[in-house]
Amino acid sequence: MARILIENAVKKFGDFVAVDNVNLEIEDQEFVVLLGPSGCGKTTLLRAVAGLGMLDDGRILIGERDVTYLPPRDRDISMVFQSYAIFPHMKVYDNIAFGLRMQKAPKKIIEERVAEVAELLHIETMLDRYPSQMSGGQRQRIAVARALAVESKVLLMDEPLSNLDALLRLEMRAELKTLLARLATTTIYVTHDQIEALSMGDRIAVMKNGRILQYDHPTRVYDRPAHHFVGGFIGNPPMNFLPALVEKHEGKLTARIGTFRITPEAMLNSALQAYEGKQVIMGIRAENMEALSIPADDALEVEVMVLEPLGAQNLLTIHVGQETLKVSTHPDFTAKMGQKIWLRFPSSKIRWMDKDSGRAIVPDLEKVMA
Amino acid sequence: MNALKRRDLPEEQRRALRRQLLRRSGVYVAAIVLCLWILIPIWLIATMAFSTPADVRAFPKPFFPNPISTDTITFFLNAEGILSSTANSIIVAMLTFILSTIVATPAGYAISRFVFRGRDAIRLGILSVRAFPIVILAVPLAITFINLGIYDNVFSLALLHTALVLPTSVLVIASVFASVPYELEEAAQVFGCTPFEAFFRVVIPLTLPGIAAAGVFAFVTSWNEVFAAVLLTLTNRTLPAQILFSLNKASDPFKFAGGFFMLVPSLIFIFFIRRYLFNMWGQISK
Repeated sequence: MARILIENAVKKFGDFVAVDNVNLEIEDQEFVVLLGPSGCGKTTLLRAVAGLGMLDDGRILIGERDVTYLPPRDRDISMVFQSYAIFPHMKVYDNIAFGLRMQKAPKKIIEERVAEVAELLHIETMLDRYPSQMSGGQRQRIAVARALAVESKVLLMDEPLSNLDALLRLEMRAELKTLLARLATTTIYVTHDQIEALSMGDRIAVMKNGRILQYDHPTRVYDRPAHHFVGGFIGNPPMNFLPALVEKHEGKLTARIGTFRITPEAMLNSALQAYEGKQVIMGIRAENMEALSIPADDALEVEVMVLEPLGAQNLLTIHVGQETLKVSTHPDFTAKMGQKIWLRFPSSKIRWMDKDSGRAIVPDLEKVMA
Repeated sequence: MNALKRRDLPEEQRRALRRQLLRRSGVYVAAIVLCLWILIPIWLIATMAFSTPADVRAFPKPFFPNPISTDTITFFLNAEGILSSTANSIIVAMLTFILSTIVATPAGYAISRFVFRGRDAIRLGILSVRAFPIVILAVPLAITFINLGIYDNVFSLALLHTALVLPTSVLVIASVFASVPYELEEAAQVFGCTPFEAFFRVVIPLTLPGIAAAGVFAFVTSWNEVFAAVLLTLTNRTLPAQILFSLNKASDPFKFAGGFFMLVPSLIFIFFIRRYLFNMWGQISK
């Protein structure tokens, strides 16, 4: 029952700036995912919210309270650690009850609460056992149960699923999402797994080099990446990028790839004007291109390098000049190696990006966090 | 692999197998020799300690005590100064146990947990105490203790023994703390503990056996230490000092019984803490 506000957060380790002037606002009861490659500062930021590593500059507010310099125990948070950090010398029951006991809750309430969360996580039969006798998935459940038992305002999760095997991870992902949707906590979830981020988050903050590149809803992060890096990091296969030259052609602003011309959406004209005569990057997702086996005026002629049938779709690898494109097609679309096909680029699906900064070129109206 | 099959193997394969067998038996022979080297004297001392004084003086010595008798040990215990020096030894060893644990626990924690300026220098400094022969340490210390007026005193001897065992204690305890992930402490802090509470509720229960092992090691080291004990005590001798003192005028039964009496506590304690000593030396786990 609290929103979280992070203002101008800076954290340095020696000369290395791990978190570089980050601003982040998380709504009450929201599930926000911090996503990025290792070393991007996402865990450092989470630990700063937890109070396990103080910020060098900036503020953190939980609810209306400034917690920047408070120790973890005074922040009304709970946390699930990557290694679970289950206390090995305590039985499962005592692990889950640990937080409540530290709060000096009455014995009866502790018993009720532990029973309740143990049932939520389906570990009610294991309360008398020691964690050393449990599997990774079960320990994971204990760690989540321990965090939920204290009913804190904020729940922090640091790559909680990364130590599970693939199948279990899939199962826990759905279960965690259902569970957290029912609870009224504000959650920050750190992961480097883009699928996890897309599937679980209400909003995703994509981080790189200590900065947040984009903070938006999963579909928007996926469809309208604010930065070259975001498009390349999220999605499998990642977004395709082709260099293009912005030119006036027959009175209209166009982008030219070789001899092929694409007319960008009209709403982008004012923003693209500044790039006339310059190179930009065209970003488009594999599933947004239309592959044709017969020529068309508005389609680019390309040669198929490889076709990989993936069941639900066929994935084509295509060379355009120096660049490689991945195009996913309907499984009925077949092509041989070296065969010519034609690609159509729907202009509404294209994301144009500045070649130097990597930022998306967006209409003045569109507010993008970057 | 049965014999028939082995004969069918090509010459090269058979040679490789033979060499492997040779290597393995070499290791076993070396291990057995090493064990006998240590075990034969222990066996001899134990046998003699439980033989009658007459048997002890006889030659050749019996392999088993026959008849089994406690006369030798009783004779030793009734010798002059043995009981009081045993009491002194226990006091000194207990003090060393307590002092070294009090100092080595925070020191080991700091070394295993915190990266601070001079951390490596301190680690090296701790080890370098070990590099000085005790002779070099004991003589100036004896002079210092005389000047301070705490000479011939079990407490000053305990101080010296503490200094002697600290390097090992600190390293053992540091390795014990290093085996407890720091995330456990962080988790305890998130769920309501102060750093101190986290240490006592989570780290201490997990490390207590290891810390106790380091303490036992300190106890045994002090119990066995003779050089500093001889140098620093005169009337308040510890047991090893007392035995050493009376060695040249003592009879064989006294020597064997004394040796056995010194040996037993060490053997028992080392048996219980061997896991932690292996730990420090980098045991290869299964």
